[in-house]
Amino acid sequence: MNISMFDILGPVMIGPSSSHTAGAQRIGKAMYMISGKEEIAKVDFYLHGSFSHTLSGHGTDRALVAGLMGMDASDARIRNSLQIAKERGIEVSFQPEDLGDVHPNTVKVIATTKSGKTYSMIGSSVGGGEVEIVEINGTKAKSSGKFPTIIVTHIDRLGVISKISSILAHYEVNIVTMSNSREKKGSTATTMIETDHEIPLSVKEELEELDYIHQVVLVEKFA
Amino acid sequence: MYHNAKELLALIGDSGKSIADIVIENEMEISEISREAIMDELQRRYDIMYKACHDGLETAVISISGLTGGTGKQMWDFIKSGKGIQDLTTQKGIAYALSCSEVNASMGLIVAAPTAGACGILPGTLIAVAEKLQSSKEDILKALATAAGIGQLITKNATVSGAEGGCQAECGAAASMAAAAITQLCGGTPEQCFEAAAIAIKNIMGLVCDPVAGLVEMPCTKRNASGVGNAILSCDLAMAGITSHIPFDEVVDAMFRVGKALPSTLRETALGGIAVTPTGMALKEKIFGNGGCSGNCSSCGGCH
Ligand code: SF4
Repeated sequence: MNISMFDILGPVMIGPSSSHTAGAQRIGKAMYMISGKEEIAKVDFYLHGSFSHTLSGHGTDRALVAGLMGMDASDARIRNSLQIAKERGIEVSFQPEDLGDVHPNTVKVIATTKSGKTYSMIGSSVGGGEVEIVEINGTKAKSSGKFPTIIVTHIDRLGVISKISSILAHYEVNIVTMSNSREKKGSTATTMIETDHEIPLSVKEELEELDYIHQVVLVEKFA
Repeated sequence: MYHNAKELLALIGDSGKSIADIVIENEMEISEISREAIMDELQRRYDIMYKACHDGLETAVISISGLTGGTGKQMWDFIKSGKGIQDLTTQKGIAYALSCSEVNASMGLIVAAPTAGACGILPGTLIAVAEKLQSSKEDILKALATAAGIGQLITKNATVSGAEGGCQAECGAAASMAAAAITQLCGGTPEQCFEAAAIAIKNIMGLVCDPVAGLVEMPCTKRNASGVGNAILSCDLAMAGITSHIPFDEVVDAMFRVGKALPSTLRETALGGIAVTPTGMALKEKIFGNGGCSGNCSSCGGCH
């Protein structure tokens, strides 16, 4: 049996809905990690399907914002998160949007940090508090947040992937899963790697120095 | 390794172990943690369950929508009046489950078991039965582990999501887990635990998920109460030596197939069942206004 008993007797969470509250918190938390835990100045949530229907009735709005500020699913401050965000000077907006052929509980998040950097992400709450991040900064992704993840956008070119993995190996970071996708041969490709250990910032810095690499995003474990 | 009840019972063999023992051994392996750490974590979660089952007894807890609440207190007051028909254990279990479900709807802290919507059934049943039997801490935590084992098998071989399998999958799984847990607490054999778990699911096979306004309140709170009754009667049947005839694994499989056969209107979309009764629609309108419509037409279709 590969399902933990604590996934059955859990999560420990602020109600009322594992998918609409705990899952929403986790999606917000994913953005908190993607934006490198920086203070957020402005965030827009585009809610698809059932997420937009029952928004405040399930505390989905409060949970998303709580996660964005780094709170966990069991944090009692979730109830007051909208107020807390206001006090911290975070501008928050929610709007319904048709995101196309995605899971019914999906949200697109666009956040701008106080230092002026903008990040975007699409995440789905797939049930029981579990989530899947399907897009980060415009490129396809697939992350459940259970492992630290590195997402590298680069030119599709021989040796890039082995370079990434050798840098990881150098820092003794063990790879759990690895996936690669590209639009077409020689075009932009995305490599996503889940790891056993936290990925040091120097991995990102070293990779960013290589000229065929467009972007490196480190996402800490958020589930 | 086990993937179904048959394999789990084969692992037990004539070792004299309980379902809980096997589930805990498995957890030690997959999560690479000690037995002690597992028992500590179970205790922590039990404490949270216990609190949620009591917070709504003396004070009325109201949901964030303002639609429902206070039934845990009403039931508790009724128990004190001594006028109820059911025995005290079932009555208390029901009050605990209502309290827990209301704490959940009020954005309070709960343990999903297996989901937030059905979070009152397992703790409500377990706490009430453990009080009657004056069970030890260790036995209560092991009953929780058995419940987790039943939940693992249902998750693996079917689903515990209302959106996928209807309420039979959520409240059915919770009642099944609770039935097995208390059967073990009552001294039942592992086989009897599975009989109780199978009977509980059979009792609500086909139950639809039809939450008013899409919120985890109506009918959810009362289904938590009825889940306690279901678990306790299933346990009594199994302890009397009555069998399910259809084995647990086959019942789970049937439940999954029934869930798939349910139209999507009856799987958490709030487009069927009591959600679309005149009163259900009026309540939705009251909360969300605008005919209950968010204006996001292309992803809904509810008004077509
Ligand atoms: S009716 Fe639906 S939302 Fe309510 S408890 Fe049952 S499965 Fe959960």
